[in-house]
Amino acid sequence: MDVALTGVSVDIAGKSLIRDLHLEADSGQVVGLVGPNGSGKSTALRCVYRALTPSAGAVYLDGTDVATLTLRDNAKHVAALTQDNRTDLDFTVSEVVALGRTPHLRGNQPLSAKEHDLCREAMDQTDVLHLQDRSVLTLSGGERQRVFIARALVQEPRVLVLDEPTNHLDVRHQVELLSFLGKSGLTVLVAIHDLNLAAAACDRLGVLAGGELVAAGAPIDVLTPDLVRRVFGVDATVVAHPRTGVPQLLYDLKEKA
Amino acid sequence: MAERVRLVPVLLTLSVALVVSVAAGIALGSSVIPIGDVLRYLGAALTGGTITSDELSGYTIVWEVRTPRVLLAVLVGAGLSVVGVVIQALVRNALADPFVLGISSGASVGATAVVVFGVFASLGVYALSAAAFLGALGASVLVYIAAMSKAGLTPLRLVLTGIALAYGFQAVMSVLVFLAPDGQAARTVLFWLMGSLGGANWGSLPIAAVAVLLAMVVLLRNSRPLDVLAMGDETAASLGVDAVRLRRWLFVLTAAVTGLLVAVSGAVGFVGLVMPHLVRIVVGSGHRRVLAVAPLAGAVFMVWTDLVARTLVAPEELPLGVITAVIGVPVFITLMRRRGYLFGGR
Repeated sequence: MDVALTGVSVDIAGKSLIRDLHLEADSGQVVGLVGPNGSGKSTALRCVYRALTPSAGAVYLDGTDVATLTLRDNAKHVAALTQDNRTDLDFTVSEVVALGRTPHLRGNQPLSAKEHDLCREAMDQTDVLHLQDRSVLTLSGGERQRVFIARALVQEPRVLVLDEPTNHLDVRHQVELLSFLGKSGLTVLVAIHDLNLAAAACDRLGVLAGGELVAAGAPIDVLTPDLVRRVFGVDATVVAHPRTGVPQLLYDLKEKA
Repeated sequence: MAERVRLVPVLLTLSVALVVSVAAGIALGSSVIPIGDVLRYLGAALTGGTITSDELSGYTIVWEVRTPRVLLAVLVGAGLSVVGVVIQALVRNALADPFVLGISSGASVGATAVVVFGVFASLGVYALSAAAFLGALGASVLVYIAAMSKAGLTPLRLVLTGIALAYGFQAVMSVLVFLAPDGQAARTVLFWLMGSLGGANWGSLPIAAVAVLLAMVVLLRNSRPLDVLAMGDETAASLGVDAVRLRRWLFVLTAAVTGLLVAVSGAVGFVGLVMPHLVRIVVGSGHRRVLAVAPLAGAVFMVWTDLVARTLVAPEELPLGVITAVIGVPVFITLMRRRGYLFGGR
């Protein structure tokens, strides 16, 4: 499923969070959003999973303006890992994961056997199956993050929106998650802070600064020393990964001072 | 936490307990009526049998006094427990109870006005209930308007507005009591504020019954969105649930049910706060399970609470709030400590 943000602006309480954003993700592509804190990455993603409505412009799924879809229909296509991830109640891991079926079920309709299998597979996929009867409140940050990713997967989306999914994850789970995204066949929009992981995992990158898109394209074209200095305010040397050839940044700590 | 307990045995046990409790509640009291007689009187009342003239006083106690009172206890216990569950989900706060939104204080202003000034005197015995309900309604509307913002009814704003307005209503009520010509008014108001089922009669049951049953059914059919609401508004949106709209109708529902219950029983405290937690400790936090168990547990609890309230120092009656606290506090603290219960963090 293609995702397109066309001319999306978001103003909240007189403050402009993003302005005239154009960004596209073709079916099956992994598109990364990078940018400093407060650059508008999360705001852009919120418009896709409908936690926000753009003040101007529109988000399209396969050419359909999402504003014409109900939240429920949108959620059948788009699943999200948000940053607003606290829960108040001590649900078990499997209860939280099962909530991913919400948009597909009417009222209190119980999960079918097939859907229970789906939940188990998703928990296995994100390596939380052994935690299934634990209360989510007792989990570590990284474990909880993986539970929420499993919940997004059982939504059986065609578009996956992930807001800083690697937060709290240890290296192994970061790598596993990002390699899974590429293989999943889903259209993925992911906000990510680690530029090297972004370069390795994404087909395309969109660079945001101050609510505007300042660059977009293949990682090799986007991540130049000049752009990194301009947008992130750090000096870096770009090298090609010796095996895969993707651009990787080596930060120059000394020259910063 | 271990795997969840099975729901069906819990529901069956509580259902049996409720039937036994209701029978006990009708049989026991300042005068004990043998259970055989109770059943015979009830049968006579329902099917139109005959009783002898010396059974008349027993019959009156069973049918006119205790049965409506016990049934009202069932309704109030069930209703407040359910509303407590919902309100805690609505404002995302473990300390919330049905009265946190200022509804009971509003109702008490209405009730005080009746006691002190005799407003609504034309409504006779229903004056207190009617005034209390109007007060509750007025308070709900005020809280709703004051808490409403562009982002809808946000949890924290709701709690803060409710608490702030509750102080305001309490001030009004205090002034009314202060201005009252005799001390009896203060006593009546206090008693009413702490809750009592003493005013129960058949007339007070139908509206409350319909409201509680309707709320139970509607909520049970919508328990999954309540689970989703606990995940936060953004996640709710990503799961296809409009948190703002959901919160709005939950507010209307809880305000209506609480208002109707307060009107017939006063502000019975503690049940709506503690019963949801007790139930979660036993069956877990999923709202389908909690909402199925909470009304039964609340009803059983309230029947026994009322029984103790009217027998302990008979013929005097203690306020329900006193008994709910005496029974509830130790039970709650014991369970909480034993089960490693978590709500909103460690």
